[in-house]
Amino acid sequence: MQDLESLSARALADIEASADLAALDAVRVAVLGKKGSLTALLKSLGSLEPETRRSAGQAINGARDAINAALEVRREQLEREALAKSLASGAVDVTLPGRGEAQGGLHPVARTQMRIEEIFRGAGFDVAEGPEVEDDFHNFEALNIPVDHPARAMHDTFYFPDGRLLRTHTSPVQIRAMRDRAMPLRIIAPGRVYRCDSDVTHTPMFHQVEGLVVDEGISFANLKAVLRHFVEQFFEKPRELRFRASYFPFTEPSAEVDIQCVFCDGSGCRVCKQTGWLEVLGCGMVHPNVFRASGVDPERWQGYAFGMGVERLAMLRYSVNDLRLFFENDLRFLQQFNRG
Amino acid sequence: MKVSIDWLREWVDSGWDPVTLAARLTMAGLEVEGIEPACPPFTGVVVGEVVTCERHPDADKLTVCTVADGSGEPLQVVCGAPNVRPGLRSAFARVGAELPGGLRIKRAKLRGVESSGMLCSARELGLGEGHAGIIELPEDLQAGDDLRVALALDDSLLEINVTPNRGDALSVLGIAREVAALSAARLAPLPAEPVTASIRDRFEVRLSAPAACPRFAGRVLRGLNAAARTPLWMCERLRRGGLRPISPVVDVTNYVMLELGQPMHAYDLRRLDGHIDVRWSREGEALTLLDGRIAKLEPDVLVIADASGPVGVAGIMGGERSGIYADTTDVFIEVAYFAPEAVAGRARRLGMHTDASQRFERGVDPRIQERALERATRLMLDIAGGQAGPAVLTQVEAELPRRPSVQLEFARIGRLLGVEVPRHEVEAMLRRLGMQVAGAGETLGVIPPSHRFDISLPQDVIEEVARLFGYDRIPEADALMPQVPRPATEQRVGRERLALQLADRGYQQAVTYSFVAPDLQRMLDPRGESLALSNPISADLGVMRRSLWPGLVQALVENVRRQQDRVRLFEIGTRFNVTGSELVERQSVAGLAWGRAAPEQWGIPSRETDFFVVKADVQALLALTGRHDLGYVADALPCLHPGRSARVTGSAGTLGWIGELHPDLCRKLELRQAPMLFELDVESSFCAQLPVFKDISRYPQVRRDLAVMVPDSVSFEQIRSVVRAAASESLRELRLFDVYRGPGIEPGAKSIALGLILQERTRTLTDADGDAVVAAVIARLRSELGASIRDHA
Repeated sequence: MQDLESLSARALADIEASADLAALDAVRVAVLGKKGSLTALLKSLGSLEPETRRSAGQAINGARDAINAALEVRREQLEREALAKSLASGAVDVTLPGRGEAQGGLHPVARTQMRIEEIFRGAGFDVAEGPEVEDDFHNFEALNIPVDHPARAMHDTFYFPDGRLLRTHTSPVQIRAMRDRAMPLRIIAPGRVYRCDSDVTHTPMFHQVEGLVVDEGISFANLKAVLRHFVEQFFEKPRELRFRASYFPFTEPSAEVDIQCVFCDGSGCRVCKQTGWLEVLGCGMVHPNVFRASGVDPERWQGYAFGMGVERLAMLRYSVNDLRLFFENDLRFLQQFNRG
Repeated sequence: MKVSIDWLREWVDSGWDPVTLAARLTMAGLEVEGIEPACPPFTGVVVGEVVTCERHPDADKLTVCTVADGSGEPLQVVCGAPNVRPGLRSAFARVGAELPGGLRIKRAKLRGVESSGMLCSARELGLGEGHAGIIELPEDLQAGDDLRVALALDDSLLEINVTPNRGDALSVLGIAREVAALSAARLAPLPAEPVTASIRDRFEVRLSAPAACPRFAGRVLRGLNAAARTPLWMCERLRRGGLRPISPVVDVTNYVMLELGQPMHAYDLRRLDGHIDVRWSREGEALTLLDGRIAKLEPDVLVIADASGPVGVAGIMGGERSGIYADTTDVFIEVAYFAPEAVAGRARRLGMHTDASQRFERGVDPRIQERALERATRLMLDIAGGQAGPAVLTQVEAELPRRPSVQLEFARIGRLLGVEVPRHEVEAMLRRLGMQVAGAGETLGVIPPSHRFDISLPQDVIEEVARLFGYDRIPEADALMPQVPRPATEQRVGRERLALQLADRGYQQAVTYSFVAPDLQRMLDPRGESLALSNPISADLGVMRRSLWPGLVQALVENVRRQQDRVRLFEIGTRFNVTGSELVERQSVAGLAWGRAAPEQWGIPSRETDFFVVKADVQALLALTGRHDLGYVADALPCLHPGRSARVTGSAGTLGWIGELHPDLCRKLELRQAPMLFELDVESSFCAQLPVFKDISRYPQVRRDLAVMVPDSVSFEQIRSVVRAAASESLRELRLFDVYRGPGIEPGAKSIALGLILQERTRTLTDADGDAVVAAVIARLRSELGASIRDHA
């Protein structure tokens, strides 16, 4: 049994020394394979005396189990090492940029308009649209702005040779909606509007969102409530609102709405010109002449209307300090609004 | 309009400081846009009396004078003004005085002569533009008096934005009425003491257009002193009201206009012929205006005419012929009421907005003419002496504007405003506004005062109630809302979804003007008819766009100029297509891609944007619809590369276009590389198909690849339809994985590599099944498209 002990010791040493899985397998074959050394010992058992055969058999099996266990341990060890090595060599520089297309984005005015629509949709308003090339009736006459009315001077209008015009506000959509739809009505009308004016604070085209609610018993108190909700949702903070008496031909009573400055919270800053207030909206109760021009009975229905400038709100929301940037389509400007 | 607070206070004392006053007016609808000092700050300036004057020994234009400033011995002062003379009282800046702009007065030597202080011009003190000489102060001022006190310069001006409905507020009186109503303070009575006539001269007035001019107060004044000067206090008030002093007669008419809101006109009596007639203009008449321009008068222009023709455009501007000259001593004063409809729009048409037209267009009190005339007469006589004839009122009573009673159901106030205002409060507020209120039952009868032109409906009265009650006192109340869900359609792909899809594919949304340069539009669309604006803001924004491409191309050119090397832009907006007089507005989504196909980066080969890069974006957009009827047909527009452009079609016709900008245009626009463009009509392109579930096959799929060689002229679409037809039911997907031209392929041909994914719904496909499909496909490709088979597996 001297043989067995030395064979077993050598096999265990060889296992320990094997550098990789192939070497380990070679050891296994050399010891336990068909022609392996231990296999040979097992085969030689037959030639022993029966009384010694039993104990020798037990010894050989014990040695085989030990070798198998050692093989298994070493194999796992080698596999782990191999994996570690392959992981190490397969590592990437995680600080390299990701591949593929860059993210584009929405125009800040479009994005603002989408938010306004979303807020009002949530309050049960439908979105209505109308043509941008309008006629005098829808843009002025039906809105209680007859020819030669001084209020026309407030609208520098673009005209076409046939007398049609580019709408100066989204208010004509009010008229179309009232003529085409059944009361009660709850709409907003976003879109492009045009004024023949161009300087630091005016562009010949800009965007408005008009709102109109008509129902029995709609009151100025309802108008005040809806605008506060809107302003607070839009700026995502509580805001004071200030309704000032004003004049629009198509509403009576009319109001301008100032909000507590979103930059200084009313304590006075450059943006609000130290007043603490920002003028953002015009509104009022629908004028009976407008109802009549739209075929709606002003004795039965009451309503409010409001209008806001999308660029103005976008400038306040995103701290844009020059209106004209919105229409220069400079990628360096546009790309600043790609988050969210 | 600028209003002096001091002047206002003469009419009504509200007890409010300027900031409160401004806030109250603003909240009530007379928006105060600013409060500014009546004159800039300065110190150390007093009334100085010139005692002696001598020529400067070394300078022709300088005078060495002594000036008494009330502090002791007269001081020696060197002065350069031509009007300096002994006895003159002027503004004297003492040594140590600080003038507007920070100039500090020091003892100085001028050409060797000591000067202890400075006599000042109006401009040097910020009191106007006058710089021809030093200020001439009235003689009743005491030398040494602080000039700011003597001239009441510590006044503030309210800059008020008067809305077009409130013509009644375009005067000190008008603002005072409003302040009185808001504060319940007493309004000073109108000065109405008539001036007794001392001569009998009259001038005949005829009202031939009584609806347009129903009322005309006139008066002759004779023997005015042509050399009289407008007193400083009046000049100051005119200046604070934004007007320049001109001559006493003109200044008085302006002063009364600022004060009472009644524009008036003074004619040189010498130059009036026969009589005055207020009538519509006649065919071919024209008038040389005070400012020297010649106005052609259309028949709907109301004129003031004498026997030889028009002498003024009524309510807008007087004529040159009968204007006030330096030697005028006899005048005829016109104080008329012109109906707003007779003036409105004419000033704009004639290009002359004046203080008078602004007031008449909005409505001047039809009852104030006599009082304004008396006020003006008094002031003229006080300033320029002379004698007044009788005030003569010519009027057609029946044509004067009426103020019918407005019938207001009391409950309506609460219904419209959403707040209950007590009846006694309503009535008190309306009365403070000068309205007569009657009626004890449910309905109020409200008669507005003659100066209010904006109150004829119950709503108008309610607005007055709301203004005085205070908008801030109206509570907020949520309206009840019917529980009717809004539509949530899946029949269309919304524009927001399109925008997000393009943004997620690397496009930046642009907003370009709806009007574009006519030549750029013509360059891109030479056959299209453009809708041109009559009054474009500039020539390069002159026509309405027929496509979003001109705006996007323009934006590309500008971004390239800003050194961008990759541009992807899209826009969603309206196209304006005209044919003859027919205009169609269509919503359109358009895009432009230029530069690399992908942003410059590591690890993927750099490739330029080509047709197929953009086609993928178009397909991704249209894929949102799930439509099966889409096609891409080789076709060209004049602005596109004829071999690299396609019409996008659906079963009902053209949906839009994709293509590369024509090389000619790239050259003209100086683009080193051609952009890819696409544009789709939103309405016709983005109607969506609802997804309909189909059972998923439980059987394995089989893939067969084949490479076929076809002539270049054979399109992939042809190959696809042949393969589809041949493979029939079992073809689940056809993949194109290579298109090859070059070595190994004969010229004029191309190799197309296809992957056929086959699968059956009811059974497992065998190898033999796969082979059969491939054989059928090969046979049809050969016979129908002349394909030869390079390889299959």
